[in-house]
Amino acid sequence: MQARKKYGLLGLCACCWLVLFYWGGGVQLRLLRLLTRQPGEVVRPWPNWTDRAFLPRYAHLDEIQMDPGTGELPHQRRHAWSAVYKDSRCRMETCFDFSRCRRRGREGFRVYMYPSEKSDRVSESYRKILASIAESRYYTSDPREACLFVLGIDTLDRDQLSGQFVPNMDERIRGFPLWNDGRNHLIFNLYSGTWPNYTEDLGFNIGQAILAKASLNTEHFRPGFDVSIPLFSKDHPQKGGDRGWLVRNTIPPRRKYLLMFKGKRYLTGIGSDTRNALHHIHNGKDIVSLTTCRHGKDWEKHKDARCDHDNLEYESNGGTLKGDGAACIPVLLSNGWELPFSDVIQWNQAVIEGDERLLLQVPSTVRAVGNERVLALRQRTQMLWEAYFSSVDKIVLTTLEIIKDRVFSHISRNKYMWNSLPGGLLVLPEYSTHLTHFPFYYLGLGVSPGQEFTAVIHAVSPLVSQSQPIMKLLQVVSKSKYCSQIIILWNSEKPPPSRSKWPPMPVPLTVTDGRRKTTSRFLPHVAIETEAVLSLDEDTVLLTNEVNFAFLVWRSFPERIVGYPPRSHFWDPLKGAWGYTSKWTNDYSIVLTGAAFYHRYYHYLFSHYLPQSLRTLVDRTSNCEDILMNFLVSAVTHLPPIKVAQRKQYKELPSPQSTKSVPWANPEHFNQRQECVNTFANWFGYMPLVHSQFRLDPVLFKDQVSVLRKKYKDLERA
Amino acid sequence: MYASGKYSSRGPALIPRMKTKHRIYYITLFSVVLLGLIATGMFQFWPHSIESAADWTLDKRSVHDAPLVRLSVSSLIPERGDLSCRMHTCFDVYRCGYNPKNRIKVYIYPLQKFVDELGVPISSTGLSREYNDLLSAISDSDFYTDDVTRACLFIPSIDVLNQNSLRIRETAQALAMLPRWDKGMNHLLFNMLPGGPPDYNTALDVPRDRVLLAGGGFSTWTYRQGYDVSIPVYSPLSADVELPERQPGPRRYFILSSQTAIHREYRAELERLKEENGEALLLLDKCSNLSQGAASARKRCFKGQIYDYPQILQESSFCVVLRGARLGQAALSDVLQAGCVPVILADSYILPFSEVLDWKRASVVIPEEKLSEMYTILKSIPHRQVEEMQRQAHWFWEAYFSSMKAIGLTTLQIINDRIYPYAARTYEQWNNPPVVKWSSVNSPLFLPLIPPRAPGFTAVVLTYDRVESLFRVITEISKVPSLAKLLVVWNNQNKSPPEESLWPKIGVPLKVVRTKENKLSNRFFPYDEIETEAVLAIDDDIIMLTSDELQFGYEVWREFPDRLVGYPGRLHLWDHEMGKWKYESEWTNEVSMVLTGAAFYHKYFSYVYTYKMPLDIKNWEYTHMNCEDIAMNFLVANITGKAPIKVTPRKKFKCPECTAIDGLSLDQTHMVERSECINKFASVFGTMPLKVVEHRADPVLYKDDFPEKLKSFPNIGSL
Repeated sequence: MQARKKYGLLGLCACCWLVLFYWGGGVQLRLLRLLTRQPGEVVRPWPNWTDRAFLPRYAHLDEIQMDPGTGELPHQRRHAWSAVYKDSRCRMETCFDFSRCRRRGREGFRVYMYPSEKSDRVSESYRKILASIAESRYYTSDPREACLFVLGIDTLDRDQLSGQFVPNMDERIRGFPLWNDGRNHLIFNLYSGTWPNYTEDLGFNIGQAILAKASLNTEHFRPGFDVSIPLFSKDHPQKGGDRGWLVRNTIPPRRKYLLMFKGKRYLTGIGSDTRNALHHIHNGKDIVSLTTCRHGKDWEKHKDARCDHDNLEYESNGGTLKGDGAACIPVLLSNGWELPFSDVIQWNQAVIEGDERLLLQVPSTVRAVGNERVLALRQRTQMLWEAYFSSVDKIVLTTLEIIKDRVFSHISRNKYMWNSLPGGLLVLPEYSTHLTHFPFYYLGLGVSPGQEFTAVIHAVSPLVSQSQPIMKLLQVVSKSKYCSQIIILWNSEKPPPSRSKWPPMPVPLTVTDGRRKTTSRFLPHVAIETEAVLSLDEDTVLLTNEVNFAFLVWRSFPERIVGYPPRSHFWDPLKGAWGYTSKWTNDYSIVLTGAAFYHRYYHYLFSHYLPQSLRTLVDRTSNCEDILMNFLVSAVTHLPPIKVAQRKQYKELPSPQSTKSVPWANPEHFNQRQECVNTFANWFGYMPLVHSQFRLDPVLFKDQVSVLRKKYKDLERA
Repeated sequence: MYASGKYSSRGPALIPRMKTKHRIYYITLFSVVLLGLIATGMFQFWPHSIESAADWTLDKRSVHDAPLVRLSVSSLIPERGDLSCRMHTCFDVYRCGYNPKNRIKVYIYPLQKFVDELGVPISSTGLSREYNDLLSAISDSDFYTDDVTRACLFIPSIDVLNQNSLRIRETAQALAMLPRWDKGMNHLLFNMLPGGPPDYNTALDVPRDRVLLAGGGFSTWTYRQGYDVSIPVYSPLSADVELPERQPGPRRYFILSSQTAIHREYRAELERLKEENGEALLLLDKCSNLSQGAASARKRCFKGQIYDYPQILQESSFCVVLRGARLGQAALSDVLQAGCVPVILADSYILPFSEVLDWKRASVVIPEEKLSEMYTILKSIPHRQVEEMQRQAHWFWEAYFSSMKAIGLTTLQIINDRIYPYAARTYEQWNNPPVVKWSSVNSPLFLPLIPPRAPGFTAVVLTYDRVESLFRVITEISKVPSLAKLLVVWNNQNKSPPEESLWPKIGVPLKVVRTKENKLSNRFFPYDEIETEAVLAIDDDIIMLTSDELQFGYEVWREFPDRLVGYPGRLHLWDHEMGKWKYESEWTNEVSMVLTGAAFYHKYFSYVYTYKMPLDIKNWEYTHMNCEDIAMNFLVANITGKAPIKVTPRKKFKCPECTAIDGLSLDQTHMVERSECINKFASVFGTMPLKVVEHRADPVLYKDDFPEKLKSFPNIGSL
């Protein structure tokens, strides 16, 4: 009985299951599908329409290609635009008169400054701005050739309560015959509006003038027209500026605080946030959080809600995360604020941008940033600081260059040039707009410098005999397998000799007139086609192997000067000035360009970046051109030049009683050089030269190995 | 025993109750089965439950099945777009929230068919093929979510790519009816052909509240910087025509104009240019003798001669893209595809994806006013740059223009970058074509800094059990002025380091770290004890280096903090006979590696070595005990693209490669093994990163005729 029941039961169960399977086969499948579906897995929701092949095109080919066109003539339309899109809707196309800037082709970008009237008091900051423009290579005193105009009236502080506020701007501006409703004018401003409503209002109608303003609001910012500049104090250096505080790249980049809010707000006006920015970008030492608050009517409410919150964050993190392995990263919370020079600077590669509304997320975001990123961010902020913010000169020049890039958009810098070392101000697009034509981008582009060089020989003495040093030099250099051509820069009083006088050579030889100017050796001669230039004095004594070795070294350091005889500078505390020495020392900061390799771009920089005054000094004294070149290159690279091995030191300072004919034997000549160092340091605003303690020798130089093994054996013969 | 007794005593008591229990048991079983059957039936025949929607979408659906929604005349119309909208005012970031993947979630509304009260659809075309492609691509991507509550961005399935096919008012009403509309907050619309006759506005005319607009043909006055996204006008030709691969280089024509509807004023200007410059310019127009239709779109004519379009674009270096009534032109896409450098003449036009793409590297933008100067301007561009631009142009097309998928995902990525700016793609990631990405180097220590001398360096001595030699090394190194700390890495697990009292007394802190495993790579671990940037790795038997040499090495490292600065140099060579790399330790004139038996390097590299080294290499090292120094050389060279610096003259290092391991000698097998390492690493890195140089660093006055006592580093090179 019991067994039968059991079987019956079993059979029933089996039947039930069979029925279940038969009927509800789908159930198991569906159950299975429901169970196996991972939580993260996405079901494809947008259907694969069966008739997708029959869907119509979004537009007919004809509709796309055959633009309907308008009846309006293009030049009429452009004209009509300038009537419509003005004032707050200004763009370069409509509010800027390009025709003013084409007068002299690429040289057409000239800036005119209104003379300031005696009755006006000009603030320290504005004085610095005007001084920067007056010293820049774009300055002109002739309004007729100007492309851009800058007011002589101080417009930096437009707070009516401020002592520097200039009243009656509207009337005064209208009195200027050149004003032309502000067309082609550039107006600098740091503060606008007044307490309690710090608005963007300058208190006068700027018309169609370009506004270069600190803490611009994105809403009022006219994209592609205005320039957002950083706020700076009146103590901001005119030139040079500090190198920034990052001196070491520690790993892990540890800091005491994870996050720190710094800076005062509301107290000094709407620009205070930019002030913070300026100072904190500089600050590589702590974690910094820059915050802006909108300066609306409800500022008190804001203050309670946000700033205290920031302070709280500062305290809590300062306390709990002390010694935590996290790092220093500039965190930018800047809703509605147009970042300084946002036109060209890629801020997201230098700072961590956060949303003010998501403040609470910032710590977790910051914590999630990896060591490598932190390292990069810190270096990049420092790079930006050094390139664009550290002095008034740089801020003003960056503003001008941004506008110039817009005016000559087809000869302008790309974003890569602006955002990588050495920064946009040192990249002159008139030289080239192609990245590989510059000495600094080889690694970033994955290319290597060219395999050949051009020798430029500076000849001053007339050719009288075939045994002159220059003849020997020509042979030595032309024998180098890397030499592609030789250019003789004829700077002698006598006219150059005929072609036949020069020895036959395996490479082309060009003789050009240097017009007896010392600076002509650094002119960007069009004949120079190679990236590398070997600059030589006519009396230089070299071996082909020395040339070859130095060239190979240069290819490893294409952005530096690679030369033979070194010199050094030092600070003389007694005189309170820089000193220059040609004595043998354990370190050096200059290599003479009487025999040196460098990139041809430096010729261009020398002739177009440096001010005329310095070049005139060099021409007048026929001296110091090598020091100036070293200053320039070190200012670009922040690195010392490189000295390579040389068989014997040449051009040593001889005892004064011997040969008097040579200029460098003259003590006057030496004093001049001392003065040059100080004059140059003065112009740069700091001392760009850097000392180095090594020289580069061939790998087996003077090693106790068989001479047969050595590639550069003749370098060792004394 | 006790337990079993307890159970058996309970046994008999249970039996009498069994019968009633059985009955209940059967009844329950029966009802369960019955209920199960009923439930199954219900489940089976229930008309389209929510869950089964997945089935429905799988294959059998047609666009025409989309549910119909009837709009009433009075239904709400959104406001016109607000020109002051920015991410921080019109976009709700809270919806996106913090998420570990830093990726926004995008929801797509299901397809609906909107009709007005009379049953007339709001759009003449309905869903277009392109918009369907776009939405499918997004729904296949990582951005997609089907959970409307988790979404941060909403994409309506209403197709507004072409404004001409839309009924403006009704479309706006349809948008406002979307369940999550909320004033258009966090909604994204794609539009390629904005405006309509006669004035052709540059942004979609449909009132749309705060919608984020991805538009083709924005002008600087309608584009809300940092909010809208400028997208290309997709060219359907690219789907139909496959152009052959064409390397950058000089082309038959210099400038080509292939657009068919150029304003007569501009055409006159172009013709004048052609007169001046002759054959270098090719001016094409539509063919008058061909009938309208697809065929005419693929042909261009000049003086009766017929050219294939877009193939002809490949024959020119520069191609003119002039504005028409609209700013955005599909021709731009065709031109890029052909690898022709676009010359864009469209004042106030916001170039596609200009927020992230650097158009200056791929195009020439000339003000319309300067059309007459075009030839001179283009001629002034160096050849090499033109080639780069051609390459860049084609790469832009491939990555960002080539399909609706590319356009859609790029748009989402740009928005994503704004919401998670700290995880944003870099300029290089956006702009460098694969060739450059592959070969270029972005050194992590790129800022030119000469670190101060004062912090000094930390010496890390790797040792196994040669205590006597170790102590000599320690005593020698301690004489170096800039030594800040000494770290002994005790690599012997079977033996404890000697007692503290036995260690030599030195002027700087000395720490001993015991390792868990006898691995040579332990020397490269970024120990917390290392507090300086500079690390000197040194073997426990390198006693021949003088303190001058070590101090000089440190000074050189300060000038090259991103490189390995070491003493014995080595070289890799290409063995032509064997067709592979060879390791060379002979006295050569070249150097590509320095041995880490005595080398300075930045602590960053020990961090990278330990945590970022390709796993392949780590495993390899494990089996081939003595290649850790080669691996380090590869790593540094690969990261920085720079050669190591060998300092000071060659010394008699007694068998430096075999110092660390006992029993291994500098014989043939050893060299073979190291050659193998080089070949292995080169294959893992996919390239040979090592750089060969012919120089080494010596003190400025080394071997110069100068009093030794005045030299900073007199004791150099003594054997």
